[in-house]
Amino acid sequence: MTAAGESVTEKELFACGHRGCAGCGEGTAVRMILNTAGPNTIISICTGCLEVMTTAYPETAWEVPIVHAAFETSAAVASGIDSALKALGKREGINVLAFGGDGGTFDIGFQALSGMLERGQNVKYFCFDNEAYMNTGIQRCSSTPYGASTTTSPSGKFSIGESKDKKPIGAIVAAHDIPYTATATIAYPKDLKKKVKKALEIEGPTFMHIFTPCPTGWRYPSELTIQLSRWAVQTGVFLLWELEGPDFRNIVINKKLPNRKPVTDYLKLQGRFRHIMKDEETLQKIQKMVDEKCEMYGV
Amino acid sequence: MKMVIRGNMATAVGAKLCRPNVVPAYPITPSTLFPEKMSEFVADGELDAEFITVESEHTAMSACIGASVTGARTCTATASQGLALMHEMLFIAAGMRLPIVMAIGNRALSAPINIWADHQDTISERDTGWLQFYAENNQESLDLMIMAFRISEDKRVLLPSMVGLDAFVLTHTFEAVDVPDQGDVDKFLPPYKPNHGTLDPSNPITMGAFVTPEHYMEFRYAIELAMNESRDVIDEVFEEYKKTFGREYKKLVPYDLEDAEIILITMGSISGTARVALEEMRKRHGKKVGLIKLTVLRPFPEKELLELTKNAKLVAVIERDISLGFGGAVFGEIAAKYVNKPDRPLITNYIVGLGGRDVTLKDFNEIVEKAEAALAAGEVEKQTEWINIKEDAL
Repeated sequence: MTAAGESVTEKELFACGHRGCAGCGEGTAVRMILNTAGPNTIISICTGCLEVMTTAYPETAWEVPIVHAAFETSAAVASGIDSALKALGKREGINVLAFGGDGGTFDIGFQALSGMLERGQNVKYFCFDNEAYMNTGIQRCSSTPYGASTTTSPSGKFSIGESKDKKPIGAIVAAHDIPYTATATIAYPKDLKKKVKKALEIEGPTFMHIFTPCPTGWRYPSELTIQLSRWAVQTGVFLLWELEGPDFRNIVINKKLPNRKPVTDYLKLQGRFRHIMKDEETLQKIQKMVDEKCEMYGV
Repeated sequence: MKMVIRGNMATAVGAKLCRPNVVPAYPITPSTLFPEKMSEFVADGELDAEFITVESEHTAMSACIGASVTGARTCTATASQGLALMHEMLFIAAGMRLPIVMAIGNRALSAPINIWADHQDTISERDTGWLQFYAENNQESLDLMIMAFRISEDKRVLLPSMVGLDAFVLTHTFEAVDVPDQGDVDKFLPPYKPNHGTLDPSNPITMGAFVTPEHYMEFRYAIELAMNESRDVIDEVFEEYKKTFGREYKKLVPYDLEDAEIILITMGSISGTARVALEEMRKRHGKKVGLIKLTVLRPFPEKELLELTKNAKLVAVIERDISLGFGGAVFGEIAAKYVNKPDRPLITNYIVGLGGRDVTLKDFNEIVEKAEAALAAGEVEKQTEWINIKEDAL
């Protein structure tokens, strides 16, 4: 999958032939990050789709050193790597990255992430957000959006699906007073790579929240991954911004949206929202939630 | 150099002498002095290491794993709830074959919350693939830390080690400890240079891979083989330590076994009390009772156990833990090792000192009387007995 207007010619450090689903947004994001970070990189990954699809022994999809320990530990293990490189006098010139899914970041790994950020470790954290526990079979987590039907927030006679809106992870992380927090999505690869490059040039912890649609979990045809990534931005469902430090008055909105698409355009492509597509009240509520968020961020 | 120090300080001084590169640690009673002292050594320039002020024990062990897999020598300390919180990561440290060393202030588990001496914390981690050492005093606490690094880092082993010392009885009690010279420790324990892959961009490897049923069993079997290999390595390292530093260590330490009909088995600080009790029994009553102190529980010292107890008529396992619904965990392990021996001794089990209750000379007298009664009757009526229980409080 090559995004429009972007050629990928660098040496691939994320090898082809991994076991991700067709149209996997996470795989594309990882490839873009590695193309930018280059070979002098060590990565700590957590349990989840990425671990399963890339490390099945005796094969590996990684051309850079990586370690997987447990579900909640990518920031904690990366802290150990960062400190070990310092102690051994090898820190110079090596990128230490930590990768987590939304479950591993918003939920179970949140404490370890907060600790790593607060300690000011020189770790670049990347959260790949596909809005549910996909590896275990599409269970809701605190990044699942309002109205989405998952296997633990099913729609039903007394349920519209997920009953709460997404946890504002970027704002929570930025409040740790870290040097750099940003959001990105694979439909805007130049923006994504520019932000990765910026994060890597900064000393200290950085956080990037990357929106990565999942055809299996969201129930849409796999060729729509990039389109959904783009429409999430164009509807205001997922906002592209970056921020240095904790003061949200300094936020930079990378994609202003004078004419936002209606949110139903985005929702109607996905099976996880099918049950609400005739529910005008819920659709209006979701549109209002998006409008309010866009207003708050000044999009 | 002699120092009068607490057990926690002994583990910290022992660890410092080993020049760890990375120390992630989190405070917990009764082990808190370890992170305090290690951070102080770093702050004062006495130790050239990265001290990581982690936000939990789970992250302490995860950061140890990250550091070790990058090629650093790393250690930490914890106890009780902290060790329980690490449980998941203990398997991963062993499974990734990382020679991490950890001091444990052996303490009871909640609920009810209790901070005192008890072996339940480390006993509950017997199956994680860590080597387990138990100290009787502060000198052993220091010496075992140094030896644990050497044993764990041996390429025949490459498994993590925990060194247990009893909460308060050792962790907070001052004793005279002979502290080895740094130069001698440097010779005994050279810098950690792993000859296996570490996280290095010039030679990329994938660690902690996903393994299907096709290969998983071999990974587990390899750990078991390493555990088996570690038996000889432990003997070699104990022997070399004796030559270098003059103090003798054994996996099982025998006391007055020559003519002993009854042999008591203990771990940790109660072993000293047991020796005093037995000395009295011999002197005053001519009782033929001996003692074995377990210093190494993992790998289980089966060969030594069977050899030392071959003439015993009764073996009494006295322990500070309980495998609820079974009996003493150490008793279960010891009894299992006799199961195919036709001439096995009677084996009895006594649960003592949970949650820091004092284990006294009187308790040992009672245990020996019960053992004698069983021996006279030729059978064991009650396999596991709780000693010094306040029945009227139930």
